[in-house]
Amino acid sequence: MVRSVPSWRWGAAAGRSFGRFTLVIAFTYLGLLAVTFFIGRVIPVDPVLAIVGDRAPEHVVQRVREELGLNLPLYEQFGRYVGQALRGDFGTSVLTSNPVWEDVKQTFPATLELATCGILIGAGFGVPLGVWAAVRRGGFVDHAVRVMGLVGYSVPIFWLGLMALVLFYAKLGWVAGPGRIDVAFEFSVQRVSGLMLVDTALYAKDTGDWAAFRSALSHLVLPASLLGYFSLAYISRMTRSFMLNELAQEYIVAARAKGLSETRIIWRHALRNAMVPLVTVISLSYAGLLEGSVLTETVFAWPGLGLYITNSLQNADMNAVLGGTLVVGTVFIALNLLSDLLYRVLDPRTRDTRTGNAR
Amino acid sequence: MSGFGHWLLSDRPLSRRQAALGRAYTGWLGFARNRLAMLGLALVLLLALVAVLAPWIAPYPPTVGELSQRLQAPSAAHWFGTDDQGRDILSRLMHGSSITLTVVALVAVLAAPIGLLVGTAAGYAGGWVDAVLMRITDIFLAFPRLILALAFVAALGPGIENAVIAIAITSWPPYARIARAETLSIRQADYINAVKLLGAGPARIVLRHVMPMCVPSVIVRVTLDMAGIILTAAGLGFLGLGAQPPMPEWGAMIAAGRAYVLDQWWVAAAPGAAIFIVSLAFNLLGDGLRDALDPKAAK
Repeated sequence: MVRSVPSWRWGAAAGRSFGRFTLVIAFTYLGLLAVTFFIGRVIPVDPVLAIVGDRAPEHVVQRVREELGLNLPLYEQFGRYVGQALRGDFGTSVLTSNPVWEDVKQTFPATLELATCGILIGAGFGVPLGVWAAVRRGGFVDHAVRVMGLVGYSVPIFWLGLMALVLFYAKLGWVAGPGRIDVAFEFSVQRVSGLMLVDTALYAKDTGDWAAFRSALSHLVLPASLLGYFSLAYISRMTRSFMLNELAQEYIVAARAKGLSETRIIWRHALRNAMVPLVTVISLSYAGLLEGSVLTETVFAWPGLGLYITNSLQNADMNAVLGGTLVVGTVFIALNLLSDLLYRVLDPRTRDTRTGNAR
Repeated sequence: MSGFGHWLLSDRPLSRRQAALGRAYTGWLGFARNRLAMLGLALVLLLALVAVLAPWIAPYPPTVGELSQRLQAPSAAHWFGTDDQGRDILSRLMHGSSITLTVVALVAVLAAPIGLLVGTAAGYAGGWVDAVLMRITDIFLAFPRLILALAFVAALGPGIENAVIAIAITSWPPYARIARAETLSIRQADYINAVKLLGAGPARIVLRHVMPMCVPSVIVRVTLDMAGIILTAAGLGFLGLGAQPPMPEWGAMIAAGRAYVLDQWWVAAAPGAAIFIVSLAFNLLGDGLRDALDPKAAK
């Protein structure tokens, strides 16, 4: 029985699911704000005391209280907080005396650069390794992937970073030490994108001097490999299990029966289907790297968002801590959303069935 | 096989207790076949033993050092060397093991019941209760765990108790998810209907008849999470937000050794290796438990 579906119905269905989607995101984000609001305004006994100290005269305390809006009822305070956060107004950092938003804009590219290089390493090596482990099940690579996974789940990242610094920087001298670039280049390279590799490459293109680029690369390689290892441990393990799942399917038998080459079956047929859930895994571990970067940046003195948050923490700078937390949380939600959307695009089965199944 | 073994493996258990013990025994037999899991279990038990016996077997006091002996390389007198205050690192590691175990146990005791309660309540009640509880769970899942714990500790103030609370607050959502999924499949079971006919109220059904069925899978998940809990606690300690000096917490010990890492690398190396071995043990144990208790998830 063939029944065509009018196009307006498809539009309505898509619109409804999109509306639902937006609502879920909005609710999650509001929840995120509620959590940071709770942490920042409700848990501390007296935020005013934290700002003016306990020796301030009474009228100063009163004025600060009113400036912060603490004399308002809690729901009104929350409303103001949401409004400020949506405008990117997270207050002023006590430590740097800049608006927190400016600091975040300064530091975020460094974290982005580190996490992106990390995920490129992690996915670039992790996916092929996982495929290999699945194809040669029980073989050497399979065991190696298992061990790497176990170690990756068990080792403290900050400790591994320290030990790697001792070995590769202090003892062997293969890579540069903490920081993003040698001090000598720090002020000669113009900040364009905030991504050190891009900026130094642009500088090198103008001047023909690649020393700054090499320095930046040498600083980046160790922390990026470290983060890359942690995502590799996860990605390779997941790739292996998705591939094992696909290789047991009937269409693989059919492809073999058709006489397709094994390489083609593995990389074109099986991996393409395994890629659908893998995209989710990779984007989630990309988000995980943002988290891992908090400790990694501390160890490598990498001036990113993670180091900014921990430095602010040590100075009890709550505006900066909560602003940074909110930004990381937002990126987290955005990546989750992105992986969800990609999943829908890549896997036809998750699309609206009312259009596909017109029978 | 001995008579007791027969009694345990009997196909027709005569009492509830025999059936329960028999099930536990077959589970154990499956678990004991897994050599890596047994290694994990042995390491965890060893750690517990060291933690309990530390005051007697540690060769030196954990917090008082000999400043003339500071930053010594590993030797016969100090197996893992001494730190910047001249304290024996091995003794500090031994005393630190009880801190690590306490943190893990407290987080598990705090977070698992919260997750169980939220998950079973949401799954059993359904409707808007389910929607609201799961949305809250999702919000907590949307945060990166370490960063949320950082923010909580920042507000509560540094210290080991607050670190435990912060980690517990960030740990319960996955347990709630699991408990809810289990509850959804249990809710329709015949025995639940039977209990309902007997006149049990929702609270009694959830607490006495649904929750116990969710416990095994939550335990497996908690065990698998323990390595993560140890790593998070160590990370907080490393950032100076967990245990405060002079407590011999392993993460804080790494932070203290960081200043000397280029020349006296062993000061930071030893506690990190300890964290690694203990997390590895919990991971092996968790994998083994999952394979033994939850054959569906094993690959």
